[in-house]
Parts: sequence; C-alpha cells; structure tokens
Amino acid sequence: MIEIKNLSKTFETADGKVEALKNISLTIKDGDIFGIIGMSGAGKSTLVRCINMLERPTSGTVNINGVDMGSLSESGLRAARREITMIFQGFNLLMQKNCLRNIMFPLELEGVPKKEAEKRARELLKVVDLADKEKAYPAQLSGGQQQRIAIARALATNPKVLLCDEATSALDPTTTNSILSLIRKINEELGITVIIITHQMSVVESVCRHVAIIDGGIIAEQGAVGEVFSRPKSAAARRLVFPEGSEDYIVSHREGERCIRVAFDGADTTGTPVIAKMAVEEGIEANIVYASTRSLDGRTYGSMLLGVSGGDDAVKRAVAYLTKTSDISAEEVTEDAE
Amino acid sequence: MLNNLFSSPDFVEAMEILREEFPLAIWETLYVTVVATALAIVLGLPLGVLLVAGEKGGVLPLPSWLMKTLGVVINLLRSVPFLILMMVVFPLTRLIVGTAVGTVASIVPLTIAAFPFIARLVESSLREVNPNIIEMAQSMGAKPFQIITKVMIPESVPSLISGATIAITTILGYTAMSGMIGGGGLGKIAINYGYYRYKYIVMIMAVILLILLVQVFQSVGTRLSQKLDKRLKNK
Repeated sequence: MIEIKNLSKTFETADGKVEALKNISLTIKDGDIFGIIGMSGAGKSTLVRCINMLERPTSGTVNINGVDMGSLSESGLRAARREITMIFQGFNLLMQKNCLRNIMFPLELEGVPKKEAEKRARELLKVVDLADKEKAYPAQLSGGQQQRIAIARALATNPKVLLCDEATSALDPTTTNSILSLIRKINEELGITVIIITHQMSVVESVCRHVAIIDGGIIAEQGAVGEVFSRPKSAAARRLVFPEGSEDYIVSHREGERCIRVAFDGADTTGTPVIAKMAVEEGIEANIVYASTRSLDGRTYGSMLLGVSGGDDAVKRAVAYLTKTSDISAEEVTEDAE
Repeated sequence: MLNNLFSSPDFVEAMEILREEFPLAIWETLYVTVVATALAIVLGLPLGVLLVAGEKGGVLPLPSWLMKTLGVVINLLRSVPFLILMMVVFPLTRLIVGTAVGTVASIVPLTIAAFPFIARLVESSLREVNPNIIEMAQSMGAKPFQIITKVMIPESVPSLISGATIAITTILGYTAMSGMIGGGGLGKIAINYGYYRYKYIVMIMAVILLILLVQVFQSVGTRLSQKLDKRLKNK
C-alpha cells in the first residue's frame, strides 16, 4: 500500500517560490491501477517523482508498504527504488546498448552475474513480445517497441510498483492501446501495483480502476474511475469530462433530457452505427451533444455525450444497450450542485 | 620549368634528406603525439567527468569552491601559449624525465598543455547525454559512480571519440612546436632545415607530411566514431 500524506513540494526559482504540490494525500492499494490525471503543469510529474524520492518533498510523507521513503538513507533508497521502477514518456533507453543489454541494465547495477541477467532479460523479452529484437538497438525500433523494452527493463528487478510517467503520450492511439493492454496484463499476472500519470482521459478510462484528478498542485477529486467520471464534482474534473463548453449544455439542456457519457476504447464500429442502431432497436432517440472520436483501423477511440429523453427507464436501457458492445463504456452523467 | 625543379641540386638534396631523416622524424612525431595524447586522456578524462558530475545538480555534487578552483586552473592552463608553457614547465620536465630537452622531454609540456583541453572536450561530450536517461538510472537505484561508468561514458562514446580525434590532431600540431626545445620529429626538421638553413623544400615536405598525418587521424577518428554510434539507423 502506498500512502501519501500531506505532501507539499515547493521549488525555489529565480522568480521566487513555486508551490508545485500543496498538501496532497492519497492512498493507493496493492494491486490497483491508479491514474493521476491533470493538465500540463498541474504537478503530476512532480508528484510521481516524490513517490520514489527523485524529488524530495518539502513536507509530508510517502509511505510504501510501511516504509517511510523520506527517512531512508541513500543506500536504503537505492534498494527501495528497485521495488518501485518507472517508465517514461521518452522511453529513456540507453541508445548505445542493444535491447538485451538495456533490459540487463538494472540487474547489472545490482551486480547480478551476467549469465543470470541474460537469462532473465530473455524471459522478459518474451513477456513483452519482442523476443526477436534481442540484438536490435533502440534506434532501430518503433516508439511502441521502445516502450515495450523499457517496460521489460522496469520489470527486471521484480518490482512491486510500476510508475508510468506519461508512458503513452508519445505514441499513436493504436500503439497506446497495445501498451495499455501490456500494462494491464502485467498488473493482473504479476500483481504489480501500477500508477499511471497522464493527461489523456482515454488512458484512465481504459485501464485505471481508481483516479485522482490533480489541478494546480492539489487533488481536486479522487475515487473509482466510473464514479468520478459519471459524477464529476470539481471544476477540474468537469473540464475533463465535459470538454469545450459542452458543460453548458448539461446545465441548460432541454426539459426532461438526461445525459449519458459514452467512452469508446477501440470499439469495433465499422458497419455498426451504434447510436443509430440504438434508436432503431430500442426506440431511444439520442441527441449527440458532444463528440470527439477518431477512427483508426476500423476502431473508434474517444468519447461522446448523448442527450436522452424518456426518464429513468430510457437511460437505463440506453446504458445497457451501449455497454453490450465490447470496448464501449457508458454511464449517466449528472450535474452536481456544488 | 618543372623538370628544372626536380633536377635542381636543391631538390636532389631535399630528397636525400627525406630518405635519411624523415622515417625517424615521422616515427618520433607519432610516438610523441600518441604518448602525450594517451597521458593527457588519463588526466583529462577523469577531470572532465568531475566537471560535469561535480556541479550543482550533478550526479556527484562537489563543494562549489572546489569546482570553481578546477575551472580557473583549467582556464589558466589553457590560456598560456604553448611556447611559453614549454619554458615554464622546464623544472617539472627535468624532475620527471631527467632532462628538459629532447624528444621524450617534449612529452611533458605536451601532456600538460593537452589535458585541460581534453577535460573541456570530455565535459562538452558528457553534457550532451540526455538528462532523462540519467534520471532513469537514478530511478533504478544506480550509484553515482555507476551512472558515470555505465551511463554517461558509454552513452557518449561516439562524441568522446570525436573529441579524442580533435585532441590528437591538435597535439600533433603542438609537437611541431616542440622542435624548438629539441623535441624530435617533423617539426624539428622543418625548423632546422627550413628556418635555420633556408632549405625551404625540406620544410614544405615536412609540412605536407604533417598535413597528411592530420588527415589520416581525422578520417580514422570520424569513421570510428560513426561506426560505434548505435543511434544511426540503416547501417
């Protein structure tokens, strides 16, 4: 379990003090996939670096499985970091070393014998489906493949926690999806707790179980993903859920109309106009309030807000109908008088 | 006209000197250059590493007074003209080699002139290493020394080799000057025959050989650096 308590971080800059994080408290349970979402500059990268003490918090504590990270000596901290590994937006592979040597790197740091390290690295290459790239150099790989190698490297020391710092932000949606599936697989099969830092809603929706929304250095809202996204209370959460002014619609929508948020996570929608079919098959007329979707290889990514009239029954049926299709999630969104 | 030049007594004499003196001179030049460069790398590489690792926010921060002193000493050594440096280090040369003149003796001032230069070259190569990769190593629990030996240096090998090439060609140029204090090699021939005895053909030939040596070192260095750089695709 990771417990962050009253954590603050202040940077001294030439223009005075900058409070990057203000009094943050979070609890992340073992085996969870926890998303921390926020806009650029919200403080999410600083927060993740405070977890493994790459940044020392100005005040507050980070407690991982009962160990206060801030109280560790340099060597104690180095040992702890082998249990809390990290992947990055820029992959950060050693460019002059081949894939096998890259994965062996953390083992080399520990002084694991070369033969043993090679064996472990080869196993991990299989886990990330790149067994044939053993001798390739990072420059010869695509972005997605480089991130897979980085994931294999992060797993080499059998960590308990994997920190993902904007790990998919440099990748296209299809590759993002395959990396997220890999992360999910690692979480399920190896039981590794995953913390995902991102600015992409779709990332949180597709893999995270819990989410914290960070805005201006504070946690605006946190909870189970479905809960937070269906009933966003804070302004920051509403900005994420209702982009580009669609929130105004919720406030001023037509009499009796209710709002459903539909998230497409690579749903196969070629030849199946879901919304139109819902109207035909279920007799539910949906008004598309907002849509931001993209099609890639016949799969749809993004989200929509639908206005549905007809009361509880219609909303329930619509949600049930939409969630029947795989890779589509839907939930009613209610405005919350704050 | 050209025929006249090649059959002139001056030219014939120059060819004679070329045959008799140049093989040894080339050997001495190479010997002094390579030994001085090697010694300068032994001193300059750790110093260059220290300049990057020791700064504030580096992987092994050192007291700022120490870093400032290092910087000043390096700049001081680098700003003294080589001809003057040679004279200034006479006592040190005598202490180490036993004499202050001659081929072997010229290695001492060459090394002293070159190591601060190499330290700066190493410094600039290591600064090119992506700071995110260093952060990655820290996030995996690497010790400062491991970051230096397993990340910073290996990642900048191509750039370090380019730097070594610049250093060796510069030192080669300096060896010519050390002919002034009796250091052997092509520089000595150019000065003794060309400058003191007005045998300009010999001088020109010595200079041409120096140019050729620089060309060879530079092409070998550039090729090696490219060959070792794994960031280049499609090789």
